[in-house]
Amino acid sequence: MDSNNTTWTEEIKAENSLMSINFKELWHYRDLLLMFVKRDFITFYKQTILGPIWFFIQPILTMAIYLILFGQVAKLSTGGAPKIAFYLSGIIIWNYFSDALTKTSNVFKDNSVMFGKVYFPRLIMPFSIVVSGLMKFAIQFGLFILVVLYYTFVHQLIHPNWWILATPLLIMLMAGFALGLGMIFSSLTTKYKDLTFLLTFGIQLFMYATPVVYPLSALPQKYKGIVMANPLTGIFECFRHGYLGSADFQPSSLITSTVSIAVLLAVGIIIFNKVEKSFMDTV
Amino acid sequence: MRNSAIIAENISKQYRLGQVGTGTLRHDLNRFWYKIRGKEDPYLKIGESNDRSVKGTSDYVWSLKDINFEIEQGDAVGIIGRNGAGKSTLLKLLSKVTKPTTGSFKVNGRIASLLEVGTGFNPEMTGRENIFLNGAILGMRREEIRRKFDAIVDFSAVERYIDTPVKRYSSGMYVRLAFAVAAHLESEILLVDEVLSVGDVEFQKKCLGKMSDVSKGEGRTVLFVSHNLSAVRELCDKGLLLENGALKVNDNISDVIESYYRTTNETISLNKIKVTVKYEDDLAYWAVGTRIKIIIENLKAVKGNFLDITFYDKFGKRVFSIEGALAKVPLKLNEKIELIIINPGFVNSFLSMDIGLKEYSSGWYAYLETSVLQIPTVDLENSRSIKGLVLPEIYFKNEENSDQFRLLE
Repeated sequence: MDSNNTTWTEEIKAENSLMSINFKELWHYRDLLLMFVKRDFITFYKQTILGPIWFFIQPILTMAIYLILFGQVAKLSTGGAPKIAFYLSGIIIWNYFSDALTKTSNVFKDNSVMFGKVYFPRLIMPFSIVVSGLMKFAIQFGLFILVVLYYTFVHQLIHPNWWILATPLLIMLMAGFALGLGMIFSSLTTKYKDLTFLLTFGIQLFMYATPVVYPLSALPQKYKGIVMANPLTGIFECFRHGYLGSADFQPSSLITSTVSIAVLLAVGIIIFNKVEKSFMDTV
Repeated sequence: MRNSAIIAENISKQYRLGQVGTGTLRHDLNRFWYKIRGKEDPYLKIGESNDRSVKGTSDYVWSLKDINFEIEQGDAVGIIGRNGAGKSTLLKLLSKVTKPTTGSFKVNGRIASLLEVGTGFNPEMTGRENIFLNGAILGMRREEIRRKFDAIVDFSAVERYIDTPVKRYSSGMYVRLAFAVAAHLESEILLVDEVLSVGDVEFQKKCLGKMSDVSKGEGRTVLFVSHNLSAVRELCDKGLLLENGALKVNDNISDVIESYYRTTNETISLNKIKVTVKYEDDLAYWAVGTRIKIIIENLKAVKGNFLDITFYDKFGKRVFSIEGALAKVPLKLNEKIELIIINPGFVNSFLSMDIGLKEYSSGWYAYLETSVLQIPTVDLENSRSIKGLVLPEIYFKNEENSDQFRLLE
């Protein structure tokens, strides 16, 4: 047996270093990511009567509730922007974020049957979730654009500016944040189910720590610091600044968001990669 | 000299029994405390061998313990053992579904594993879409699947349903499609868990044939877990026998199967028989009264005195079985038993038969052989055959004393 001169294509070991992420393998499985996205797309409409219309109904109804609750009853400021456009912008980007976070944080639980029977780089799964979420986001974003066009040209109430070009970056940041946080939660919940409960109401509370239903400018000075620490704040403010032209956006907050999200995403990927190798024994 | 495909070094896998609950955090913290002080994991020292029938004292068991073996490229290796012996765990470790607690595998070549047929199939999607999805899950590139698409559909024989959602498929069609995808993977090493227990006899044969092509024809390495020992024997040349998580025997497949019989309290030794089927003349169809001679050749001496034959139709459904004591026991080496079947009115174009020699007192089979009778399709309208339940006449003939005796009076 001349096993000494054999070069091994792979070694399966008990211990793996933290950084052992096989990017080559991930790249090999890129088609799988597309197939998962396609699967989500195909299966979403199956056996529903209204199909994609559901994507519109949900944000419109939510917006109506916000209009009454936050706009009429609580009389929260929208920083001068038309209420409908303001709430809609908050709802669609928050929806994308919270859906992506919830789904990625359940990735091990939801796919344990498949993960238990076949190997592929598990990172593909959370990535496919945030990409799939973009379909729904794109449709709702279309609705938002119609509203923006209406207020820009019919009422001339808002003045979009060049910051709208930052939209792809904002989406990527949001996806990265949801992915990073979701992967950390999914890794921990395989063993400690308690965190699932924490996450469920945590997301609800987190929405109020994010400028979804109010602009940052409307906050009292003493709370501003806390909300500014939220990486989503810069994203929401930039998005609204670009499309609605509302003031009080500091580009520096976007840099803070980018850095903190990059760190979170890296931590998420490392933890996820560590847990994926043995989660089947604990889930 | 051939190269190694897989080398397993000190492979162990520990599982925690019972609920993962409040104790988990305490154990984790304890483990962490040992780790930062540079000590070994304290829970690795405890743990018992995995004998599921005995009540243990520890919460930890070793599903696999210190497994070492080497598999050469092109080997077809059968992994056998009782339930819970660690067979599936071994395949799971190799396919990277979970990682070993200690030890390592060195692998040469791409591994494709088939631990379950149709993993990731989506019921809402059509057969065509599922071929692409399942192929991608198994690690195929889109281009690769497209290239093999026709071959996959052809192998599965569900072409007519290819654009129908798989939730409308029968379970047999589902399995056919799923196996077809996996069978067309381009990998140097193929791991197959007990997946062939589903599907009809014909398809099982086809799957075994395909696996045989893969290992013998294309020189790829196959690891095959099965309780179907005649399939293992047919397909594999090497074998691993696992018992309570330990590797008992690593040898040629016939020796491994023999050892396995011994561990299951087998009293009679394993024997091998050779079955030849002879048609008396050129058959246009299998008419009533056609005589078919089946010669069973005994390749080892057998203490068994009972011959047991079961016929199955192409759906794996038993047509009839018959057993009878042989006139002369024990059978000597190379002794031939002739069986003459006079077709009592079977109209099936396909019959498979299981032939077993067994000892009357213990009920253990000395050997079980599956053979196929393939008869040209009969045109029902014009045949003289009778459809329905029949009482077959079968004669056993022992060559030396050629007195025939009749069974089933």
